[in-house]
Amino acid sequence: MTKITLAKGLNAGLRKAMEDDPKVLIMGEDVGKLGGVFRITDGLQKDFGEDRVIDSPLAESGILGTAVGMAMRGYRPVCEIQFDGFVYPAYDQIVSQVAKIHFRSMGKVKMPIVVRIPFGGGIGAVEHHSESPEAQFAHTPGLKVVACSNPVDGYWMIQQAIACDDPVIFLEPKRQYHADKAELDESVLPQPLFTSRVVREGSDLTLLAYGPMVKTCLLSAEAAAGEGKSVEVIDLRTLSPLDLGPVYASVRKTGRAVVAHEAHVNLGMGSEIAARITEQCFYHLEAPVLRVGGFDTPYPPSRIEEEWLPDLDRVLDAVDRSLAY
Amino acid sequence: MSEHKSDFGPDLGEVFGPHQADGGPDLVQLLTPEGERVEHPDFSFDLDDEAIKGFFRDMVLTRRIDTEATALQRHGELGIWAQLLGQEAAQIGSGRALRKQDFAFPTYREHGVAWCRDIDPLRLLGLFRGVDQGGWDPNDGNFGLYTIVIGAQTLHATGYAMGMQRDGVVGTGDPDRDAAVVAYFGDGASSQGDVNEAFIFAASYNAPVVFFCQNNQWAISEPIERQTRIPLYQRALGFGFPGVRVDGNDVLATYAVSQAALQRARDGQGPTLVEAYTYRMGAHTTTDDPTRYRLSEDLETWKLKDPIQRVKAYLTRNGLADQDFFEELDHEAEKLGEHLREGCRALPEPKPLDVFDYVYAEQTEELAEQKAGYAAYLDSFETTGGHR
Ligand SMILES: Cc1ncc(C[n+]2csc(CCOP(=O)(O)OP(=O)(O)O)c2C)c(N)n1
Repeated sequence: MTKITLAKGLNAGLRKAMEDDPKVLIMGEDVGKLGGVFRITDGLQKDFGEDRVIDSPLAESGILGTAVGMAMRGYRPVCEIQFDGFVYPAYDQIVSQVAKIHFRSMGKVKMPIVVRIPFGGGIGAVEHHSESPEAQFAHTPGLKVVACSNPVDGYWMIQQAIACDDPVIFLEPKRQYHADKAELDESVLPQPLFTSRVVREGSDLTLLAYGPMVKTCLLSAEAAAGEGKSVEVIDLRTLSPLDLGPVYASVRKTGRAVVAHEAHVNLGMGSEIAARITEQCFYHLEAPVLRVGGFDTPYPPSRIEEEWLPDLDRVLDAVDRSLAY
Repeated sequence: MSEHKSDFGPDLGEVFGPHQADGGPDLVQLLTPEGERVEHPDFSFDLDDEAIKGFFRDMVLTRRIDTEATALQRHGELGIWAQLLGQEAAQIGSGRALRKQDFAFPTYREHGVAWCRDIDPLRLLGLFRGVDQGGWDPNDGNFGLYTIVIGAQTLHATGYAMGMQRDGVVGTGDPDRDAAVVAYFGDGASSQGDVNEAFIFAASYNAPVVFFCQNNQWAISEPIERQTRIPLYQRALGFGFPGVRVDGNDVLATYAVSQAALQRARDGQGPTLVEAYTYRMGAHTTTDDPTRYRLSEDLETWKLKDPIQRVKAYLTRNGLADQDFFEELDHEAEKLGEHLREGCRALPEPKPLDVFDYVYAEQTEELAEQKAGYAAYLDSFETTGGHR
């Protein structure tokens, strides 16, 4: 068994997918010799060649638009968007073409494209390098959206996303790329891609998170435990489709839910999740479902990002407010 | 229109006069509007007169599809129709230059190309009638679905061509194997970022793609001068590949130029931009009113260049087709019209519950539930005797 970071997990997962299926291609800016600005594709071009790990011109719409054509020709392109804030030039191709071609062709043309987006803040970057655009994609029928939160999931989820016949927006919490290590035991089979998971059990309240906020929420639950509060944490993992079965079960048990994400709260993932919990668990709720997230402002200058991003204390504050009902 | 005078470079008015209806000195032409064949140093038409008769038939039937569909729209059978009147030669010439293994990416007006790819013209009506979003399988006939977002398909074409490179079907020297892609787009589309990105990708990877721009002079009401300050074909050089301006109303020339550009691509020599210089004689679509923005005298000028009339003149003048030929063709067009009229009304209505099935290749539980819920809702009307 080996201990790996998220970056290593993703790299190994990509490598495995390319070995398993010669139709898998990687496309993006700097993904070749450099291995991507985060080194996620490190060494892949050396081993699979320039035809399979394609350094593209600096044109995001071009990357996604040509990926559509490649997919029509039977390839499975994995497109790297360098940073979250640069996906917008490709937004039209993603939502109007990638997401709709299967529908438009009444199932005759598949779009097995993965769009990898390093997302979220906390790395002290300049503007457009720290955004959380997930809700924009989760709102689009035809796309599937997932977010990994740890190295082992990174390894498996990227392979599952590539194997999926639908387009998958694959969100990677960039501030965790090189943070914590985890043991990868290949003999333990992965859980299905589009499922959520209880990552800490508890009985007083359910905390919901994905991507970078999973770690924050686990730390919050730990801190709450020190004050005698038992907090259950669920890693949503999939944002479209949502897998809320385990969430409903948890909320029916605890009677309380708090959703946390870095993205703006207004019309964010938390809004949808809160609405659904209210629909499905109304009679079990002891408190309204609360949301913790980024403020409804553009992402701030990095010197104040730690104030802007929901942190352990802001999550705990919401936990306390919920418990006070 | 304001005059763009500059101390630098050529007088743009001279290079690119707004009413340069003759297409300028670089226009490749092999058949004059009077129906006379002419030579060109770089391009020649290498098929026989039988083939020309075939092209004539294609153009006549394509025009029939167009007029029939326009009439169907007037009768309320179609919500809208994008007419191709005047662009038959550009489409038939380029469409007939394609081989079976080539792939065409159309916009929404390529009815003539669809004809060349053996798509049943009835299938074209579904999108405009609102019963489907393109009723053909792109892999039967290698003809992509109509694309409404302007220019998006030029990138798809380029990516598809890059896939062909990876499949090893470019530059092998085997004519049954070597393949190329053609991307259709309009003069308005040439302003889109996607088209320019497609040029860059195609040039950078030397992709086997022919960019076939039908410059019909108008993007709805906006004239070509609003899109470019130089002749469009000259843009190609800036991207690092050749550009050719061909008389888009001359089916011999559009065939010859497309054939040469496609062969270059198949041989592994990369992209070409073909600007088919033509004119949209009809409205942009059946909802458009061109009298608000264009001069009737322009239309009159272009009528004299009609792509069908000039071939007819060639055929009759040289005794290549007799009255029987034209009568038979009329008859065939009549049958085609009937096929469209009857078929259009009989196009199956889409089923509301089907929309849930095509969103994903791998159905989600959420949608399966929504479908079941909606089905139950619809059923509740039936069981209570109400209406849908
Ligand atoms: C991105 C986008 N913007 C606007 C439109 C609306 N629209 C449809 S056709 C058209 C004009 C296109 O002109 P051109 O590319 O010259 O093609 P033509 O219709 O003349 O063949 C416009 C503006 C669209 N379909 N897509």
